[in-house]
Amino acid sequence: MALSNNDIIQVAKAVAADVSVVEHHGDLTLVVKAADLLDVLYELKDNPRTTFNLLIDITAIDWAKPGERYEVVYFLSSLANAARLRVKVGVHEDALHLPTSVDVWEAANWYERETYDMYGIIFDGHPDLRRFYMPEDFMDEHGTPLYPLRKDFPLMGIPGSLPLPPKD
Amino acid sequence: MGLNDQITRDGFVTTTVESLITWAQKNSLWPMPMGISCCAIEMMAFGGPRADSSRFGSERFSFSPRQADLMIVAGTVTYKMSWVVKKIWDQMPDPKWCIAMGVCTSTGGMFRSYPVVQGIDLFLPVDAYVSGCPPRPEALIKALMYIQEKVAESKPQLINLGKDSGDIRRSDLIVTP
Ligand code: SF4
Repeated sequence: MALSNNDIIQVAKAVAADVSVVEHHGDLTLVVKAADLLDVLYELKDNPRTTFNLLIDITAIDWAKPGERYEVVYFLSSLANAARLRVKVGVHEDALHLPTSVDVWEAANWYERETYDMYGIIFDGHPDLRRFYMPEDFMDEHGTPLYPLRKDFPLMGIPGSLPLPPKD
Repeated sequence: MGLNDQITRDGFVTTTVESLITWAQKNSLWPMPMGISCCAIEMMAFGGPRADSSRFGSERFSFSPRQADLMIVAGTVTYKMSWVVKKIWDQMPDPKWCIAMGVCTSTGGMFRSYPVVQGIDLFLPVDAYVSGCPPRPEALIKALMYIQEKVAESKPQLINLGKDSGDIRRSDLIVTP
């Protein structure tokens, strides 16, 4: 009954040929291409063998390297199989777009907003892609939007980008 | 019954109206619990039975800023939250005092990063800082006692100086000798 990593890999590879697999101490990570992302996510959720019905989190990593600078990570859980899975997809820094997964899991709505707010990755088709934590007009003095979890963002922020109430 | 008889029977105290007012004020400071994060837990302990701030007349946490005269800012104030803290502070009637509880509130503490205000004294007049992460309730009581001393030394103004209340600055009301 237990869901093995091989089963998960089989299910994913049935819908997308280009899936690479990373296994670390039994924890499975699937690395997919952006074009296959939704197919894989839908299949992982709807296939009766895997049933990854719970989306735990979506976040991103800034590897601070040219080319595929960002990697968006989906943390999935299957309640029926008590299994967990990571799905990663690389995002090129010149094309910060990914399809939204709100149609797969409703929970993706806020996670994608958070990822957009922190890294500037745009989820196409998202119903309400606004900033999540930072103010809507969070930008530097040239009007460039700021994304605080990018590696080129200074730790202490940019002076003047976040206003304080006046002291009386 | 003549005045003499009454004094003989009841005793008397001589004082000034001002010291009577400051005495009442300092022993009935109503805190506005601005509990934003983990320090708020110790602030609750400060009001609870063990530390028991009611010994100092401050057990009445006022969740309406309009009835409070001491704001205890307990927690990490982010830039986003700073506007809320300030708005609540502005709603408190003068005279009022402010305690910055914990290192986060006092200096930003361990959160030396872009969203956290590096000390609420950047936008609020703070009367007492409490160190610790979180400070023990006893430390907060020490700050409260310090505020009480400060109130006792201040001179209350009894008239509103003929101005609109909005025009009166805090410094007009609290004259520290
Ligand atoms: S000083 Fe420590 S306990 Fe208090 S709010 Fe900051 S992190 Fe929390």
